[in-house]
Amino acid sequence: MSLEKADVEKIAHLARLQIEDEDIPLYTRHLSGILELVEQMNQVDTEAVVPMAHPLEMAQRLRPDEVTESDQREKYQKIAPQVEAGLYLVPKVIE
Amino acid sequence: MHNKTIAELAAGLKAGEFSSVELTRHYLERISRHDEQLNSYITVSAEHALRQAEAADRAIAAGDAVTLTGVPLAQKDIFCTDGIKTSCGSRMLDNFVAPYDAGVVERCNAAGMVMLGKTNMDEFAMGSSNETSFYGPVRNPWDLDAVPGGSSGGSAAAVAARLTPVATGTDTGGSIRQPAALCGITGLKPTYGRVSRWGMIAFASSLDQGGVMAQTAEDAALLLNVIAGFDERDSTSADQPVPDYTEALQHPLEGLKIGLPKEYFSEGLDNDVARIIDAAIDEYKRLGAQVREVSLPNTALAVPTYYVIAPAECSSNLSRYDGVRFGYRCENPVDLEDLYKRSRGEGFGAEVKRRIMIGTYALSAGYYDAYYLKAQRVRHLIRDDFINAFNEVDVIMGPTSPTVAFNLGEKSSDPVAMYLSDIYTIAVNLAGLPGMSIPVGFVGRRPVGLQIIGNHFDEARLLNVAHRFQQVTDWHLRVPEQFAE
Repeated sequence: MSLEKADVEKIAHLARLQIEDEDIPLYTRHLSGILELVEQMNQVDTEAVVPMAHPLEMAQRLRPDEVTESDQREKYQKIAPQVEAGLYLVPKVIE
Repeated sequence: MHNKTIAELAAGLKAGEFSSVELTRHYLERISRHDEQLNSYITVSAEHALRQAEAADRAIAAGDAVTLTGVPLAQKDIFCTDGIKTSCGSRMLDNFVAPYDAGVVERCNAAGMVMLGKTNMDEFAMGSSNETSFYGPVRNPWDLDAVPGGSSGGSAAAVAARLTPVATGTDTGGSIRQPAALCGITGLKPTYGRVSRWGMIAFASSLDQGGVMAQTAEDAALLLNVIAGFDERDSTSADQPVPDYTEALQHPLEGLKIGLPKEYFSEGLDNDVARIIDAAIDEYKRLGAQVREVSLPNTALAVPTYYVIAPAECSSNLSRYDGVRFGYRCENPVDLEDLYKRSRGEGFGAEVKRRIMIGTYALSAGYYDAYYLKAQRVRHLIRDDFINAFNEVDVIMGPTSPTVAFNLGEKSSDPVAMYLSDIYTIAVNLAGLPGMSIPVGFVGRRPVGLQIIGNHFDEARLLNVAHRFQQVTDWHLRVPEQFAE
């Protein structure tokens, strides 16, 4: 499967990744190569096979709906880029 | 002292032959003298280590020590360490000081072990050569022009050069076993769920597993005893009892049934490597094992399947890196979209961005069925191949890597060529099985590793099979001359 420049731009946007214009051709080539590798999966017929998300037959473990964590906001916010009054600051979202 | 295994070091500490502080200083000195050539450490935590060593010496004197109290180790920089930089080999986390300890780190600390530092790795564990690290490549101690393998290249090189007696690693597609093979050491990836992923920075959640990189199978068993076990904070942690992994080491191998997959010995495997693997298998026959051919028919689909599943899971896991709460933030973002795009665009390297994009594509509307769902079906077939094989044999063996270590820069411009280095290791992660690599010889100066694959939760058997080989051979004792002193 060969990707076009527009495909790569769309994927980069979905993934919120800034890719410089001059780098797009190389990414396009590399990604197309990887998709070509991946297409080899189509060599085998899997119509009758159940998809397996987990290698062991394990079900999601649940726990009682009880509060077990404590408030460590101050500790965790020490490493934040910008905080104020316990809130994380970002550029204005709503106009 | 640095030529001793952790079993020997533990005995020496108990016998009072040396103190943990002396031992720690010895390794710290070696690191400062030798690591410039290897770049195996990102952070050397000297003061922290000496404090831990002092506490260990006090515990030993008071009779409160456990097996590995006072023994140094290195932690792959993917495990969160409270108050100590945890970078995952990435600019994205270059400024990240973890606010908590990973489950694995907690257990090593509780066992009284001394952390020398955090080892270098491919960025976010994505790579097979330790060339994608933000902190520069790691070199192979056996040949400085060669790669050490990846992504746990720093841990592998540090153990091989005895800049630490043992280290932790992680393995998602081969990242413990392949560098262990390329650096001539013993590596073990446990069964999926055996070791807690709490605080182990996530790459692909259904494949990631923490494990050990050691000088010997006995050492691997000793460290696995420390790090294995149920952790309720990891929802994929297996609630299975942990045996004493050293107990079965000495069991004789008479009657052991070894399977050699015919698909692992076809074109693509270097002739010299094949020769060394054959010699190792002959050694196993002399130890009393029976060897037979098995077939894993879907072997060729493992790499394609993995390069849908792993990128898909990584695109989801790495979406948390958004420049908002921690980690890298770009300068002067004009709006929120710019904040996200430039923090991530500048914070991540090229390989990470490639994989995020492949994953995003595979999961996007219109492609999910053709790629992700298809891959999960093929994954089922790959796992069933192993289940069928284990009906006939006890363990499966083959080369860990199709070649010995390649040169730095040789494959770094062709992603697919790099991906094919993991051709023998990847299926083991897809099937959630435990796997080891042990050193079995050299081609020129570059080591060759034998992969041993077991059934789910059969780590004790793998360690036994590896240990008996190491009792009649000495490949695992070799150290590159340059790092002998």
